[in-house]
Amino acid sequence: MANNGVIISESAKPLPAGVTLPLYMDNHATTQMDPRVLEAMLPYFTGKFGNAASRNHAFGWEAEQAVEKSREQIAKLIGATAKEIIFTSGATESNNLAIKGIAEMYRERGNHIITQATEHKAVLDTCKRLEKNGYRVTYLPVQADGLIDIEDLKRAMDDQTILVSIMYANNEIGVVQPMAEIGKLCHEKGVIFHSDAVQAVGKIPVNVQTDNIDVLSLTAHKIYGPKGVGALYVRRRNPRVQIQAQIDGGGHERGMRSGTLNVPGIVGLGAACEIAGQEMEAESKRLIELREYMKAKFEKALDYVHVNGNMDHHLPGNLNMSFVYVEGESLLMGINDIAVSSGSACTSATLEPSYVLKALGLGDDVAHSSIRFGLGRFNNKAEVDYVSDKVIDVVLKLRELSPLYEMVKEGIDLTKIEWAAH
Amino acid sequence: MAYSDKVVDHYENPRNVGTLDKGSDEVGTGLVGAPECGDVMRLQIRVNPETQVIEDAKFKTFGCGSAIASSSLATEWVKGKTIAEALTITNTDIVKELALPPVKIHCSVLAEDAIRAAIGDWKKKNNVAEAEGVAVSAAH
Repeated sequence: MANNGVIISESAKPLPAGVTLPLYMDNHATTQMDPRVLEAMLPYFTGKFGNAASRNHAFGWEAEQAVEKSREQIAKLIGATAKEIIFTSGATESNNLAIKGIAEMYRERGNHIITQATEHKAVLDTCKRLEKNGYRVTYLPVQADGLIDIEDLKRAMDDQTILVSIMYANNEIGVVQPMAEIGKLCHEKGVIFHSDAVQAVGKIPVNVQTDNIDVLSLTAHKIYGPKGVGALYVRRRNPRVQIQAQIDGGGHERGMRSGTLNVPGIVGLGAACEIAGQEMEAESKRLIELREYMKAKFEKALDYVHVNGNMDHHLPGNLNMSFVYVEGESLLMGINDIAVSSGSACTSATLEPSYVLKALGLGDDVAHSSIRFGLGRFNNKAEVDYVSDKVIDVVLKLRELSPLYEMVKEGIDLTKIEWAAH
Repeated sequence: MAYSDKVVDHYENPRNVGTLDKGSDEVGTGLVGAPECGDVMRLQIRVNPETQVIEDAKFKTFGCGSAIASSSLATEWVKGKTIAEALTITNTDIVKELALPPVKIHCSVLAEDAIRAAIGDWKKKNNVAEAEGVAVSAAH
């Protein structure tokens, strides 16, 4: 997913109330920090700067107290207990620690790991690393709507399976997997269940008890908190999960993750979780309304558009749409004062379309035509109108330019054409 | 990736967008690229049969901004040139003119291919027509 960096000032035109440019609608990538989170963090940079591991003076106690409060705020949001929360530098580290840490700890029990094709690279690349070290990894396919088939998971499990890692909600297509069902199956088979829940936590109800999750990764910057701080939930009973540390040192975080705690960041993560818990219901309702409104506008104004991913099991703020016969990067170029992401990776070195969209069975041509809109806490209806109107304008303009659109309109079957490979 | 002003200009004001009558003997059509690769260019030329001068050129492109700019520029460059002159245009000329980054050189190659394909189509049509002495409406 990539955006191009061209920003053209449109200051000459009057903007509708509630819209400022550049406009941010890429809230899966990261989110703006909530000012309430910043307010909670500020004292811990200056006056309350103690090391949470300093046990012999007030500065340390104060920091430790703040850290413990954050642990409770996080635990409350996901149905865990404070002692089950380990702080990390973010979700990539959490995923690495979970997957490598479990793989190493349970090596004698087996060497098989199951994950899915649409995971984030932080999971896929970690699994690939383990494959080089003698582990077997099954990458489950997904169905056309982005959901995995539980029967595939059942079939993939064998007596060597030690870990199943399935993301809660997908960062590109917003599809929410049937976690409780997957977790139940894992527990029946005695397999540890890890989930990269970065996009789900704080957006939809996540509960490690009812979802039967044993290990869960989350991060602050996706939920209006600071960057550089995340957490890993590690279940303490039924079953008790053990993790081999990947960073050694002072034995912080129950020996699982050494390193001086990032106290201001941790305070921010806790505050972000508390706010998310309080506002999730209303925010989710509002974002679903905005998303559906946006989707309806596209469907009304344009032909040959479709949404990617199952919309019944979906993140509130996600809308991934294909504007067929228009290439994603050229569409982004026409709306370069708006931050969204394209399913084509034309601006990256690879030029390959998104592996997530391809996993849904989308042809490369349609994957190249897809845009991810990520609505968040700070987006409003005026922005949704502005973005959708502008996207519609640019799609219409590019379709005038598109030989494919012209051919389809003339009734030519594009699949029957012998395209020159290049 | 930041584009050059010239790419942005061609993207915002594409030259010579449109369709020529591909059934006409005077028109050569080049269709290159593939939808799966994310870019398809169609470049058409209308050639004066007496002088072999390209009197008109049109394009339509599905692709990124660089692909649109490369094909737009190609139509500008071929117009007014003879067939022989148009064949001397290379992708490196296009890269230079548009200041394309390395990852986008592919777009310029496609534009060169499109020019050659359009000329090839025109030649094919007209050689056939000369040999048989009848106008052939080549389906493409």
